[in-house]
Amino acid sequence: MATYNLKINGKSLQVDVDPNTPMLWVLRDHLDLVGTKFGCGIAQCGACTVHMDGNAVRSCQLPVSAVESSEITTIEGLSEEGDHPVQKAWIEHDVPQCGYCQAGQIMSAAALLKSNPSPSDADIENAMNGNICRCGTYTRIKAAVKTASQNL
Amino acid sequence: MILESKKINRRSFLKVSALTGGGLLLSFNMLTGCKPDEIEKLGAPDEWFRLNGFIKIGENGLITIMSPNPEGGQNVKTSMPMLVAEELDAVWKNVVVEQAPLDTDNFTRQFIGGSQAIRTSWIPLRTAGATARQLLILAAAQTWNVPQNEIKTESGYLTHESSGKKAHYGEMASIAATLPIPEQIPLKEISDFKLIGKSHQNVDIKKIVTGKPLFGIDYKKEGMKYAMIIHPPAFGLRLKSFDAEKAKVLPGIQDVFRIKSLQDDYPRTFFDTVQFTDLIAIVGDSTWQVLQAKKAITAEWEEIDSYVEERDMFGRPGSREVPAGLESESTQEAKMLKATQSPSQLRRDGNPEKAFAEAYKIIEKTYTAPFLVHNCMEPMNFFADVRDNKVLAAGPLQKPELTEQALSQRLGIPIENIEIEMTRLGGGYGRRSYAHWLIEAAVISQQVGSPVKLTYTREDDMSAGIYRSRYQLIYRAALDDNNQLIGFHVIGGGLPENPLHANRFPAGAIDNYLAEGWEVPSNVTTGSFRAPRSNFNASAEQSFLDELAEEMGKDPIEFRLELLKKAKDKPVGERNDYDADRYIGVLELVKTKSNWNTDNPEISKGVSAYFCHNSYAAQVVELKKENGTPKINKVISAIDCGIVVNPDAAKNLCEGAVVDGIGTALFGKQSFENGIPQSQNFDTYRMIRMSEAPEKVETYFVENSIDPTGLGEPAYPPVFAALANALYQNTGQRFYDQPYIDQLNTLSNT
Repeated sequence: MATYNLKINGKSLQVDVDPNTPMLWVLRDHLDLVGTKFGCGIAQCGACTVHMDGNAVRSCQLPVSAVESSEITTIEGLSEEGDHPVQKAWIEHDVPQCGYCQAGQIMSAAALLKSNPSPSDADIENAMNGNICRCGTYTRIKAAVKTASQNL
Repeated sequence: MILESKKINRRSFLKVSALTGGGLLLSFNMLTGCKPDEIEKLGAPDEWFRLNGFIKIGENGLITIMSPNPEGGQNVKTSMPMLVAEELDAVWKNVVVEQAPLDTDNFTRQFIGGSQAIRTSWIPLRTAGATARQLLILAAAQTWNVPQNEIKTESGYLTHESSGKKAHYGEMASIAATLPIPEQIPLKEISDFKLIGKSHQNVDIKKIVTGKPLFGIDYKKEGMKYAMIIHPPAFGLRLKSFDAEKAKVLPGIQDVFRIKSLQDDYPRTFFDTVQFTDLIAIVGDSTWQVLQAKKAITAEWEEIDSYVEERDMFGRPGSREVPAGLESESTQEAKMLKATQSPSQLRRDGNPEKAFAEAYKIIEKTYTAPFLVHNCMEPMNFFADVRDNKVLAAGPLQKPELTEQALSQRLGIPIENIEIEMTRLGGGYGRRSYAHWLIEAAVISQQVGSPVKLTYTREDDMSAGIYRSRYQLIYRAALDDNNQLIGFHVIGGGLPENPLHANRFPAGAIDNYLAEGWEVPSNVTTGSFRAPRSNFNASAEQSFLDELAEEMGKDPIEFRLELLKKAKDKPVGERNDYDADRYIGVLELVKTKSNWNTDNPEISKGVSAYFCHNSYAAQVVELKKENGTPKINKVISAIDCGIVVNPDAAKNLCEGAVVDGIGTALFGKQSFENGIPQSQNFDTYRMIRMSEAPEKVETYFVENSIDPTGLGEPAYPPVFAALANALYQNTGQRFYDQPYIDQLNTLSNT
């Protein structure tokens, strides 16, 4: 066990955990930030996507020991009021069905638009292909990413 | 502090006969309600008045409507309360939706399954709204001393025109709550609907996009421990012994012990399917610590003996034959081949043997599909707190009422001491009809004496599935020397379930028809999967009809329409489980919407239509060639599910069904070698991803005034064959074996 001082959603938080503990479980079990979801544990589904210094990363494969000085943003910290352009676009297109994968989808989309505000269809597919939606809302996700891009 | 008037707790509504009994009064936590924005606007009321099991009205006019069924993405948490609000004449922005817990006193059929939620609640939920509205009218009539038939309601207000009196519902709620429940309340005419038929946003949308706790896996309680299980690595094995000494001393580990979920002599019902009942349970302080301990445990397994599991199949005695042995793809195939030789007759019209004997040409094709995994994105999990002869359980499950029985029996705790909260489901698709993990969580909690949350890893989830069966269908058609269809023969079978619906189309449309079936037992557990049986029946049947139409030189849509017109005008046989007119309706609609008869050399089209779960769906898949390989350009769906309650959400569901069906047809496969599931995570079980999804998915509904039928399932089965038929147009090859990706890869390599 070791103590880590983490910067999450703009706050300094301290946890005492095994150095190998993935951020996914630090967030969910230790910090009560359960918006980041467990899907596969092997970085294949994208449900656990968070931002590390602005880049989309799979938190299930990110040991807490590798994070310390980096800024982590989770779905809870993407915006104060749930009004990030991506969140607004998701609401406008009423994207979710079961909703479980959507936090990860939103985080992937937000990271994409940060680095590439006007992505092509291929750019969107490249950035979003790591996120599985079992309900099959891909067409709405793509439309919502485009709407968000226009409203940045 | 928000008060709730307790004198009205007998106002359970749906079960009218239970009105005199004391209904369970639900605790109400404002924070669990939806659409929090509306609470902020109107403000939380000081007191709630319960008008019936579904409706509470605050003195300030805010209305709470209970959503009775679990929500797994079908959007019932929005559309079911809409039915109540419609007849109540409520203004939707002042409605807060609350998820009901399992409550058999106040609600019936709190299920996800069979595309039945809206269909079966269409009248009861509207009646609940209409009755509450009438109570408010009676309260206003008393208060204002005017005749009740002169009072009108609109948008949450009561008005009496001649006296100029007006009050919002909240002002009359306290009186309304004391009045006797009126009987025989007329419901609105369809033309008077204000909410039904107009799109309303998912009531949980804000919570979903901001990552608020909604799902079972998010559930937490003070003192809660984290639990996982280890199950046998292969079907056909059971736990013999294990060594957990190394695991027990790892940090954060509280205990490792053996559990028995369902007892061997438990009289199982239809949804009590589970193969692995002897498990190793690990309990600790955090998921990661439990995962480490899980890896440190070694276990010995032994082969099971053959046995027969007696089953209560909804009141009828049934059984499941469980053979010993470790099954592999090839050994299963040998058994299936043998069973194909001696099928049982399921339906027979005319003289099919004579037709085939006299045939000028016989076309015979075999279609196969593998086991499938549900792969809900939220892995199986449940919270359970079993202490002091009481149970509080919370989590995602599709049929809580059925699980409650098993839970009570297993724990030795009476049903009235069991409380089940229903969280949002991170997908169901049939998998969460079987809730063995709830039993497991409860048994673990009972043993350790503290609340626990049991979570399956993805590998646990995929390797202890209640899979979709492995299927095969053989279709044969007899043509005479004029290329006319004179006989039809289908043999369906599966391991362990036969997918064939022998009385569905094209039965009824062909004079000489024979349907046969066989089943081969397996120790691999199988069960409900989105549109059970239909999901394969449709793909094989509709692929064969396409090939048959071509063989007969007919347009595939015209050929189907000809058969349906015959089934309508001169039906063959006694029992045909479909309405030919509605079938024709969706085919005509998809023909128009897909510009079927317009040729575009760059586009290849395939069509398919199917009926299941009381609704009709026809789909056209359009492919274009991109870099030499087929790319799905567009899918057009035409659906007849009767009145559509929430159109945009219904479209979303159909779009999802199309993407799900295409993904499953292309990639879905589970298989077994020596009983070991070959895919255990998404690195080997391929799921459809955004770049493989259609560019466009269009959904059109047949407009009619038929009471709503089903939607979650009917939109799913046809697309498999529409894709296969379009692939044929695109590649010149027929696709008989799912998943289609293997054949597509062969094509692109040549």
